[in-house]
Amino acid sequence: MTALVVAEHDNKALKDATAKTVTAAAQLGSLVHVLVAGLNCGAVAEAAAKLAGVEKVLVADDPLYAQMVAETMEALILSLAGKYDAILAPATANGKNILPRVAAKLDVPQISEIVKVVSPDTFERPIYAGNAIQTVQAPAGKKVISVRTTAFKAAEATGSAAIEKIAAASDPGTAKFIGEELSKSERPDLTSAKIVVSGGRGLQSGENFKLLEKIADKLHAALGASRAAVDAGFVPNDFQVGQTGKVVAPDLYIAVGISGAIQHLAGMKDSKVIAAINKDEEAPIFQIADVGLVADLFKAIPEMVEELNRLGL
Amino acid sequence: MKVLVPVKRVIDYNVKVRVKADQTGVDLANVKMSMNPFDEIAVEEAVRLKEKGKVGEVIVVSIGPAQASETIRTALAMGADRGILVKVEGEVEPLAVAKILKAICDAEQPGLVIAGKQAIDDDSNQTGQMLAALLGWGQATFAHQLELEETSAKVEREIDGGLQTVEVKFPAVITTDLRLNEPRYASLPNIMKAKKKPIEEKTPADYGVDSTLRLKVLKVSEPPKRQGGVKVKTVAEFVAKLHEIGAL
Repeated sequence: MTALVVAEHDNKALKDATAKTVTAAAQLGSLVHVLVAGLNCGAVAEAAAKLAGVEKVLVADDPLYAQMVAETMEALILSLAGKYDAILAPATANGKNILPRVAAKLDVPQISEIVKVVSPDTFERPIYAGNAIQTVQAPAGKKVISVRTTAFKAAEATGSAAIEKIAAASDPGTAKFIGEELSKSERPDLTSAKIVVSGGRGLQSGENFKLLEKIADKLHAALGASRAAVDAGFVPNDFQVGQTGKVVAPDLYIAVGISGAIQHLAGMKDSKVIAAINKDEEAPIFQIADVGLVADLFKAIPEMVEELNRLGL
Repeated sequence: MKVLVPVKRVIDYNVKVRVKADQTGVDLANVKMSMNPFDEIAVEEAVRLKEKGKVGEVIVVSIGPAQASETIRTALAMGADRGILVKVEGEVEPLAVAKILKAICDAEQPGLVIAGKQAIDDDSNQTGQMLAALLGWGQATFAHQLELEETSAKVEREIDGGLQTVEVKFPAVITTDLRLNEPRYASLPNIMKAKKKPIEEKTPADYGVDSTLRLKVLKVSEPPKRQGGVKVKTVAEFVAKLHEIGAL
């Protein structure tokens, strides 16, 4: 049995999400091949070849794949699908965009966002914003699976797989990439940071997020936000943590001015330690926080920066 | 140009979901049901395009039990023109939904399908992409902003690193993200008017689709519960506690 993992990358670096998906693929009991589709993505292919458990890396280096446009990726993956028993991708924006197209064309029901491989054909996945866990068995035949990466450890970079160049597939020409506006940040990536500091409606303005930046910089943390804060325009959409935003599971999640709607909890409740600062003692976030501080964040945050400085943390 | 909007009847997003004791699913008895929030955004977008004169008829489709006609009525009250109810009891998987929608698209020939990016019950995030693939159409998922041109749509999409703009040729499938618009509340006169709008009733067999489930749900269980910990009063205690448990 062989599984194909669709790599997540930006043509320069392989994303951690790929290493985690490789772990899930290996748990299916299969040989693992990784598909790197990109442009001038040699470094990405080399990084993928180092992942433990990977037997082969397929590289389609072509202008068609400079961005992972779903229609062109579908054609490429389908051109390879015949040889594979399972096709997996991380449940990133790209994975979610591409994979269902592949499943539909293969006439296979996709299994979305697995959090556990119970056996090679049985998986656990969260439903209802993580308020229930479904154990689901796939029918015989090919499997198409997206992987919630926070639930799997990254495969280590101890391997040395072969790298094979493959030809580009055809271009269906139905969709075209125009441009991108990416948030620039020196901080760690939200989905792989060890510490995340998140702000909610309680911050009251985008300007006030600067308060959180001070703590984030101090702790080398990523910045996140609740839907309310994104909807209000305090921060860009890629900050959103929750059921339909990003799912994170850092060692420490500090929720500031976030009440804790179930949709938000769905995106962070697997964090190792949850800390919350909120002036409302009844805020639902306190029901799951390991450490809660009932206080006005505008006083508490500057004090916290001082306290961290004082303790040399 | 016609626009087709699929809508799903789901548990209301404010309801606290309870897993059934026999682990066969979640308890839906006497629970408030509503239109999937992302589908509401899709209906709103289609109606706004119609109001701007960019599109003609807005057709709403729901695949579900008889009560899904209420969900269609809600969309009609928001301004959609007519509905199609494909009656199915119990769950339908995204691939079967996509196959039924494909058959409806073959019959109705819309220039655009606007769908919610994900249903908040099964959280699959598949149907729109599957439909686009089955039709051989282009797609723009997770739409943040939408601009229609002569023969294509320019769509700003929410992606992991920020925003991306793609251009899709008509016919195309677009799936909605949260920030695309804020859906309206239907006014009373429009709710009354919606009662007179037509809803056609169909079955999956009418479209030659077998909606038998292919994935076998072995059980539905409670997620591990998290217990709240301590509440402290001062910042010093807060930091000290986090330090003590090794988080800082």
